[in-house]
Amino acid sequence: MKVHVDMSICLLHGQCVIAAPEVFSFDDEGQLQWLADVDDGLRADVEAAADACPEQAIRID
Amino acid sequence: MTAAPRITIVGASLAGLRTAEAVLAALPEARVTMVGAERYLPYNRPPLSKDAAEALAAPGADAAAVFERLVLKSRLATGAVDMRLGVAAEAMEKDALRLSDGTVLRHDWLVAATGLRPRRLALRGAEGRRFVLRTFDEAVRLGHAMRPGARMVVAGGGFIGCEIAATARKLGLHVTIVEPMEQPMIGALGPRVAAAMAAMHRAQGVTILAGRSVAAVSDSDSAVILDDGRALEADLMVEALGSHPNVEWLEGSGADLSNGVLCDNRLIAQGADRLLAVGDVARFPNPLFGPAPRRVEHWCVPGQTARRAAETIAACETGRDPEPGFAPMPSFWSDQHGTRLQSFGAPALAEAAEVISGDLTQVGTEPVIVEYHRGGRPVAVLGLGAPPAALAPHRARLERALSPETVE
Repeated sequence: MKVHVDMSICLLHGQCVIAAPEVFSFDDEGQLQWLADVDDGLRADVEAAADACPEQAIRID
Repeated sequence: MTAAPRITIVGASLAGLRTAEAVLAALPEARVTMVGAERYLPYNRPPLSKDAAEALAAPGADAAAVFERLVLKSRLATGAVDMRLGVAAEAMEKDALRLSDGTVLRHDWLVAATGLRPRRLALRGAEGRRFVLRTFDEAVRLGHAMRPGARMVVAGGGFIGCEIAATARKLGLHVTIVEPMEQPMIGALGPRVAAAMAAMHRAQGVTILAGRSVAAVSDSDSAVILDDGRALEADLMVEALGSHPNVEWLEGSGADLSNGVLCDNRLIAQGADRLLAVGDVARFPNPLFGPAPRRVEHWCVPGQTARRAAETIAACETGRDPEPGFAPMPSFWSDQHGTRLQSFGAPALAEAAEVISGDLTQVGTEPVIVEYHRGGRPVAVLGLGAPPAALAPHRARLERALSPETVE
């Protein structure tokens, strides 16, 4: 599955990092990093991360 | 079970939408109907006191464009759910539900996701100058009134009150918060943090009248009268005094409706075994915080309870017992004067607060992290202007400290 974060609306709440730490993380500068191509085995976690995003910035294809 | 279960979800906001998605993911054959009193597709409410409020107050604001950005992303396939929008649930009739358009819906499972409505001041008069903030239509109406230079009284200094006060200051209004308790947000944040937040609001030009309440509004002039007799000039007043759960339609269901819908840990209503509750109306025990059932009005709760309710229904439909021990971590955030508050756990349950990083006199200029304790154990962590990366390890530590295995 493909994961995309719209950084024009992301406000770095960090809820995705908590819901799916295998996929989303903060780098040393505090910027959001994520895996763009994720194994389907993690779908439930990634969906939980997308649901938890207060800005609804995460898209899963 | 042989026939596809009929599942009626009442409430078409975040909790209803996430429940519909989770139910169909677990039981693709289920026939799901969603009933929503508002005429809108499910949308995101938190921005209504923040950036959407600002956008709606702009001269010539395009409400439709603002709404477009609030619509919640959905995983529902087109036509997967029978959506009845602009229709309210009126009453239970045995195992069926009567809607405001006269329709009667039969169900195997009923999910209450009807959320809250704002509490109003028990006062008459000045209706044209009085506002609440829960729905998009209410936000549009308030947006028209938030003109630069206007004098705004916010009755109630909870999160919504403080957020709309901060937004109004940014828009150039004169803002006074009238808070019945000693500080705004004191119940949610405790006295030390609430005092620091009050100082930040004052530094941003918000007047705070604490320990006071609104006693009357004048129809003849623009006065708002406080309980000590003082009169405030107000072109508009926002009533932000908390909320009532929308549960009247469930009278006669057998459920305990004394504060939302009393549920067990599976989210099945006590006294009504085909009824579940999700989101703001669900009052359920969370093992992270002991056996007392509680209602939690945080944005994260709809998603967490929706998945739990779907799991419960799916387990019952397939003859399994739902997994025990639903223990969701509460979290909330608030944005005020450009400072983000981010909380994990339940600061409202704490007896004491300890600053573990930064200095509360610097809230708004430097990051601060506060840990809350009850009975000597951490129950919450709050960041004020703290970067999420700095909060993440504290959140993980909190999770370990609260886990039911550690507690008892």
